Amino acid sequence: MSLTSYFMEATYLIASILFILSLKMMSHPDTARRGMFLAEGGMLAAIIGTLIGAHIVTWTWILAGLTIGSIVGAWMAVTVPMTAMPQRTALSHAFGALAAALVGIGEFMVNIGDLGPVKRGALGFEIILGALTTTGSLIAAGKLQGIIQGKPIQFRGQNILNLAVLAALAGCFFYFWFHPEASAVFYSMLGIAFLFGVMLVIPIGSADMPVVMSLLNSYAGLAAAATGFVLGNNVLIIAGTLDGFSGFILSVLMCKAMNRSITNVLFGGFGAAVAGPTAATAGGVMREISIDDAAMQLAFANRVIFVPGYGLATAQAQHAVRELAELLEDRGVTVKYAIHPVAGRMPGHMNVLLAEANVPYSALYEMEQVNPDFPSTDVAVVIGANDVVNPDARDNPKSIIAGMPILEVDRAKSVIVLKRGQGRGFSGLENPLFFKPCTSMLYGDAKTSLSHLAQAVQRV
Amino acid sequence: MNPAVLIASVYVFALAAFLGYQVISRVPPLLHTPLMSATNAISGISLIGSLVLAGAKGYPLPAHILGCVAVTTATINVVGGFGITDRMLKMFRSRTAPAKKEEK
Repeated sequence: MSLTSYFMEATYLIASILFILSLKMMSHPDTARRGMFLAEGGMLAAIIGTLIGAHIVTWTWILAGLTIGSIVGAWMAVTVPMTAMPQRTALSHAFGALAAALVGIGEFMVNIGDLGPVKRGALGFEIILGALTTTGSLIAAGKLQGIIQGKPIQFRGQNILNLAVLAALAGCFFYFWFHPEASAVFYSMLGIAFLFGVMLVIPIGSADMPVVMSLLNSYAGLAAAATGFVLGNNVLIIAGTLDGFSGFILSVLMCKAMNRSITNVLFGGFGAAVAGPTAATAGGVMREISIDDAAMQLAFANRVIFVPGYGLATAQAQHAVRELAELLEDRGVTVKYAIHPVAGRMPGHMNVLLAEANVPYSALYEMEQVNPDFPSTDVAVVIGANDVVNPDARDNPKSIIAGMPILEVDRAKSVIVLKRGQGRGFSGLENPLFFKPCTSMLYGDAKTSLSHLAQAVQRV
Repeated sequence: MNPAVLIASVYVFALAAFLGYQVISRVPPLLHTPLMSATNAISGISLIGSLVLAGAKGYPLPAHILGCVAVTTATINVVGGFGITDRMLKMFRSRTAPAKKEEK
């Protein structure tokens, strides 16, 4: 081994250590940012090490790629609004996975003769995971951006067709494993994996996106780890595995927060065929409330809890809610925010939005922390959230969301629900909360309603 | 593959998985979005594989071109991912800072 190769390996070791340290520092918001600087340093070290130690002979393509990538990446980093964070992250999963898949194709073109059975297996995984994550993430991004309809796209025999495609994929994988020279099979495997990514994500509804995002995150990481096995490169294995496991842990957490299994999310097609039978439980009338009455309730409350949901993000109402909360705090009201783990479209979505609006994180409470507070709360304000506050999940064992842990806003003395219209939420499920005597509805765009409320509170 | 190298790789994988589980389960839900964005940026480490493909000795032109595309997408991931993670983490603060009124 030459001196430059030793240097390269040293940078890889440093990068691995820095990546792990940076994730450790993620455990607290005060240290997280410094941690990311470490990770950036590690990445830079690994890149410089590679450029020096990997016997680079042609610089044109490298410089072209680095330049274009940096410009596009920096542009995205600066311009993407916080409300579009789920789409941005999905797109980013697609880019990462595509890079892994392309590296795999390159290895196939050049080095396939030298790869032993284990590396061939890793290469197969890399190609399959990379390709299906690429298209799957693109579909997810399309759904989140509203380019593709958010409702699950389902048809008869879908699961059977999916299984058939999966079988074909497995067939290609094993054939390729034993006959690495068959490039037609290799490229079919690539094509089928691209197709499978699409089919995997189209039947999943928008409300389940937090799970899908986490899973795709996991796959993208595992694709990078598989690349590490193919290239015999430890830093790729370490970084990929960290990403893979982080995504996996998040998927499990998200599933727990919905009381569903991962298979159920992937193949259940939640939200398509459920509108009928469960609706019978709810009844009565929804009581509407005027801005002034609502403002009066808020202004004379002692404790108020805001419960944000995806509607807060679509209405971009995070600043409006913070302004209202500040006015209330000035009047001596204790204000908290209750965050359900699956509120929004990706893990932690609401926290980021509220942080953007300058809400201190000490006012953001997790579900387990805040649920005991609801009975002593005067007003709970639900902003564009639906399923995560649906008492049916707790009370009605027949409901399809039965057993899902919820924010128990119905235990508060009164509830104000900010809602766009009288329609049902994304899951198409009737919500008995809206019919309770303690609940009143405030219809309209969340942002407008909140700023009107703020004005009315000032007049009180 | 040399069996010793393979075994070492499997060790690395298993230890990284264990360590990842330990480290990441400590991250509070508050930071789950930045976490996802950060791990995604870190997995942009496939950039180093792409760099080799795009410019190293012994690879033909088609491989260089594939590598160039891979370098581009991986760089977008790294630069964009770290950039946006930093932007998010900057926003998390513990208490109402005096600077808050300016941003309206």
